[in-house]
Amino acid sequence: MTKAVLDVRNLAISLSDGAVRVPAVEGVDFTINRGEVFGLVGESGCGKSLCALALAGLLKAPMAVSGGQILLEGRDLAPLPPREMRRLRGDKVSMIFQEPMTALNPLMTVGDQIGEMFVLHRGLTPRAARLKAIEALEQVQVSSPERRINAYPHQLSGGMRQRVMIAIALACDPALLIADEPTTALDVTIQAEIVELVLELCRAKGTAVMMISHDLGLVARVCNRVAVMYAGQIVEQRSAEEIFTAPAHPYTRGLINALPRLGRRLERGQERLTEIGGVVPAIRDFPQGCRFAPRCTRATAECRAAPVAMTDLNEGGRVRCLHHV
Amino acid sequence: MLNVLLRRLFQAALTVLVVVTLVFVLFSVIPGTYASSLQADKRDVSAEVLERIEAELGLNDPLPQRFGRYMAGLAQGDLGVSYATKRPVADMLSGRVWASFRLACAAILFAVCIGLPLGFFAAMRRGSWLDTATMTLAVSGLSIPAFWAGLVLMYVFSLKLHWLPTFGYGSGGLKHLILPAITLGIAPMALLARTTRAAVLETLNSDFIRTARSKGMSERRLVLRHLARNAFVLVLTTIGLQFGSMLGGSVVIEKLFAWPGVGSLLIDSVGLRDIPAVQGAILVIVLFFLLINTLVDLAYLVVDPRIRYR
Ligand SMILES: Nc1ncnc2c1ncn2[C@@H]1O[C@H](COP(=O)(O)OP(=O)(O)OP(=O)(O)O)[C@@H](O)[C@H]1O
Ligand code: SF4
Ligand SMILES: [Mg+2]
Repeated sequence: MTKAVLDVRNLAISLSDGAVRVPAVEGVDFTINRGEVFGLVGESGCGKSLCALALAGLLKAPMAVSGGQILLEGRDLAPLPPREMRRLRGDKVSMIFQEPMTALNPLMTVGDQIGEMFVLHRGLTPRAARLKAIEALEQVQVSSPERRINAYPHQLSGGMRQRVMIAIALACDPALLIADEPTTALDVTIQAEIVELVLELCRAKGTAVMMISHDLGLVARVCNRVAVMYAGQIVEQRSAEEIFTAPAHPYTRGLINALPRLGRRLERGQERLTEIGGVVPAIRDFPQGCRFAPRCTRATAECRAAPVAMTDLNEGGRVRCLHHV
Repeated sequence: MLNVLLRRLFQAALTVLVVVTLVFVLFSVIPGTYASSLQADKRDVSAEVLERIEAELGLNDPLPQRFGRYMAGLAQGDLGVSYATKRPVADMLSGRVWASFRLACAAILFAVCIGLPLGFFAAMRRGSWLDTATMTLAVSGLSIPAFWAGLVLMYVFSLKLHWLPTFGYGSGGLKHLILPAITLGIAPMALLARTTRAAVLETLNSDFIRTARSKGMSERRLVLRHLARNAFVLVLTTIGLQFGSMLGGSVVIEKLFAWPGVGSLLIDSVGLRDIPAVQGAILVIVLFFLLINTLVDLAYLVVDPRIRYR
C-alpha cells in the first residue's frame, strides 16, 4: 500500500455558467501522507473550500471538478459510481465545516446525528449506535455524554456543536479528515482547545488531517507541511518550518511579515492579511500572467506575460514565482 | 403549554368582541334593515306590517341598546334568533357548520396532497420541464378566480361528462363534495406548491444538508431523515393559514354550488339584513380560524424542538 493517503494531481475546478466555463481552481498538486497534518492557507476566496469539497466529492453545481485526479489511498475517485463514493464519504474521508452553528440538523438530537455514522458505515442498529455515540461524545470531551446525547443543537454552544461535528467526522476512524477552518467562527478563547482536540484524536486514530485556515501562524505551528494558495493556485509548498523561516514566494513573505511579532496575536487572521496591498481577484478576473503580479512589489513585465509554472526549490519544496527569494 | 392555550383563549374573546362590534357598526352604516329588505324583495308588504315587524324585532331601538342586548345574550352563549326564520341561530348553524367543515377538510386535503408533492418534485428537479410546468400551474392556480374555475369544472365534469352532480349537498356523500372541494382547494394548492418548492430549495441549500451528504448517506435517507421534516416545518404555517381561512374563503363557492354551509347562510343573511344570522355565521368563520391557528401552534411544539413556549 502506498504511503500517501491522498494524492491530488493537477486538480482543476470550474464554474460552468451556461456555455461559459470559468476556472476557479487550477493545477493544484499535493500529497498527504498517512498520519500527517497538512496545512492549506490563503486569503478568503482563494479556493480553499472548493478544494476541500472537491476532495470529499461534495461540490455543488455550478461548481464541478474539470480536470486532474484525486487518489484516495491509491484509488482514483473520479470514475467511482455515486454509491461507492458515498461508502467512502464519512468512512474514509470526512469533513468538519466552518460554521458549527448551522452544520447540524436542528430537528435531530446530537445522539442520532452521531449514531447515524455507525448505522451508515458499520451497519449497527440504532440502539447499538446510540451507545457508540455516547462513547464518541466522551472522546471529544463533552461532559455527561449520556445526558447530552438527547440534546438538540440549539441547546449547545458553538464550541459544543463543533465538538459534536468532530465526533461525527471521526466516528468511523477515517484515513483523512478535512478540517475547513474549524475554529474561524468560534470564540478566540476556545479556538486553541478545539484545534488541540482534533489533532490529538487524529494522532490517536492515525488519521491524516488537512487543516485549512487563513491563519498562517496556526498552520505553521501544527502542520508538518504547508501549501499556500493564492487565486485558485498553490503558490508555495514547503515544510512548515521552512515556510516560516525562509518563505520563497513574495505572497508568503507578505503573509508572514503581516504576522504580529513576539507572539502577540491579533484576533482575526484577515486583519493581518490586508497589510498586503489590494485584494484577491475574483475568479472571473484572474490576471493573464502571474496572478499575484498586481499586488507584487517584485513584479516585472515577464511576470505579466504568461502563466507562471511551479518550480522545485533547491532546499526542497516548490514555488510558483519567477523571482523568488 | 397551558399558558399558550390561556393566551389563545383571551385572544379569541377579544377577537369575538371586535368582530361583533364591527358587524353591528357596519350594518348601522349600510342602508336597509330586515324590514326594508322584505320590500326590496318585491313582496307586497304594507307599511303597517313593516312597522309591526320592526317593533317586534326591536329594530327601532338605538344602536347601543341593540348592541348591549346582543352582547348580553352572547355572554351566556345565546346567539339570538334569526329575523328571517324566527329560529335560534345556533340551530340554523349546527348542520351548516358540519357541511362547511367537511368542505374545508376535503379542500385542504386536496391542496396538501397535490401541492406538497408538486412543490417537492419541482424543487428536486429544479429547472426541468416538471419544475417549469408546476410553477406555471401554480401561478395560474393563484390568479384564476375560484368562481370561474368552479364554473368550468361544473361545465366539464357534470354537464359534459356527467361524472359528478352539478350542485347541491345530496345525501351527504362524497360525490357532491368533490367539485366544490377542488374549486376551493385550487388556490391553496397552488400556494402550497410554491411555498413547498421554496422551502425544499432553502433546506437543500442549508449547511446541515451538506453535513448529511458528507456523512455518506443515500439520497433517499437524506430526503427522508434530513430534508423532509425541516422543509415541512417551513410549510406548516402556510398550511395552517390556508386551512384556517377556508371557511371564509368558501363563501362564494358555497353559493355557486348551492352548498348548505355557513358561507351560503352568510350571503343570504346579509341580503336580508338578518343581523343575528350574519353575526352567527361570521363568528363560526372567525372561531374556526383561531382554532386552526392554535392547533398549528401546538403542532409546532411537536415537530420543532427549538420552539418551547414559556
Ligand atoms: N457557487 C459558486 N458560484 C460562484 N462563485 C463561487 C461559488 N462557490 C465559490 N465561488 C467563488 O470561488 C472562489 C473560491 O471560493 P472558496 O469558498 O473556495 O474560498 P475560500 O478560500 O474557502 O474562502 P474563505 O476563507 O472565505 O472560506 C471565491 O471567489 C468564490 O466567490
Ligand atoms: S512571478 Fe513575478 S509577480 Fe508573480 S510573485 Fe513572482 S515576482 Fe511577483
Ligand atoms: Mg472557505
